Amino acid sequence: MSNNKHTDQTSSWQSAVSDWSADKETFNMPWGKLMMWIFLLSDTFIFSIFLTSYMKVRMTTTADWPSSSEVFALTIAGNHIPLVLIAIMTFILITSSGTMAMAVNFAYKGDKSKTFYLMILTAVLGASFVGMQAFEWTKLIVDEGIRPWANPLGAAQFGSIFFMITGFHGLHVSCGVIYLAIVANKVRKGDYDKKGFHIVEITGLYWHFVDLVWVFIFAFFYLW
Amino acid sequence: MSQSSDEQHPISLYLKIWCLLFVLSTLSYLVDYFQVQGIVRWTLILVFMFLKAGLIIGIFMHVSWEKYSVKLLLFVPPIAILVFIILMAIEADYTYLNRLTFWQ
Repeated sequence: MSNNKHTDQTSSWQSAVSDWSADKETFNMPWGKLMMWIFLLSDTFIFSIFLTSYMKVRMTTTADWPSSSEVFALTIAGNHIPLVLIAIMTFILITSSGTMAMAVNFAYKGDKSKTFYLMILTAVLGASFVGMQAFEWTKLIVDEGIRPWANPLGAAQFGSIFFMITGFHGLHVSCGVIYLAIVANKVRKGDYDKKGFHIVEITGLYWHFVDLVWVFIFAFFYLW
Repeated sequence: MSQSSDEQHPISLYLKIWCLLFVLSTLSYLVDYFQVQGIVRWTLILVFMFLKAGLIIGIFMHVSWEKYSVKLLLFVPPIAILVFIILMAIEADYTYLNRLTFWQ
């Protein structure tokens, strides 16, 4: 095994070849973690297809695309601030990713109490993100009159793409909040004391992925 | 089990990455706030986006410490997405030009 470790450092390709050709499991990780990676890879394809369809309708429409900077502006204490709600949502999601990363760290150190509280904090931040999204949707539907099939501010495709992409992302965040709450509670009860705490890292992978998708939505939908 | 990802990293590493992500998000927000336009805007948005994505994937999701086989599993299939995006961009240009010609 020490020899194997040595080849890992000398050539990445050699390590890949030996992983695939040697008489052993190719991916040296808990099966749940590998399955989560494969799920996330498939999810990458789904979100990529959504964003690609957004690119396509935005490039092909001859109607004016609404300025997201203005659509998502808020007036706070008399000041008109562009895109501020989305910026706050971005910071909240990044913060939740940070607390999740620390939860994983404490889980491997065996500190169950800190893991539990950090995971719950992550879930609360995620829930507040969904809450703000609900506020944003309400504002667009009720105040601006935007529908999946119509948009008084310009290109009708803006409505369809907005509700589809942010809706699907919001669904992922909501599922993540439930997932986090369940795993956090099981950590607290001691269900993983014997099995080990890989599940916290697996949950973390899902949560970071949700944050990662938001990075792309933020750049392409809100800023572009 | 996997000696690579069980490696312990100090909490300070995560706090540093967290700060970096905050700074990068602020910078990309400022691109919009100061209404930078045109090619500079798109370049800045993409640069900040890829830096943030890299930090999240590399550090938070621990991919930097995974073995090469895992990296291949994660980064080879998305090449198909890249090809698809390029094809759709070409197609979109074609559709747009046709709409300009026949609708207006």
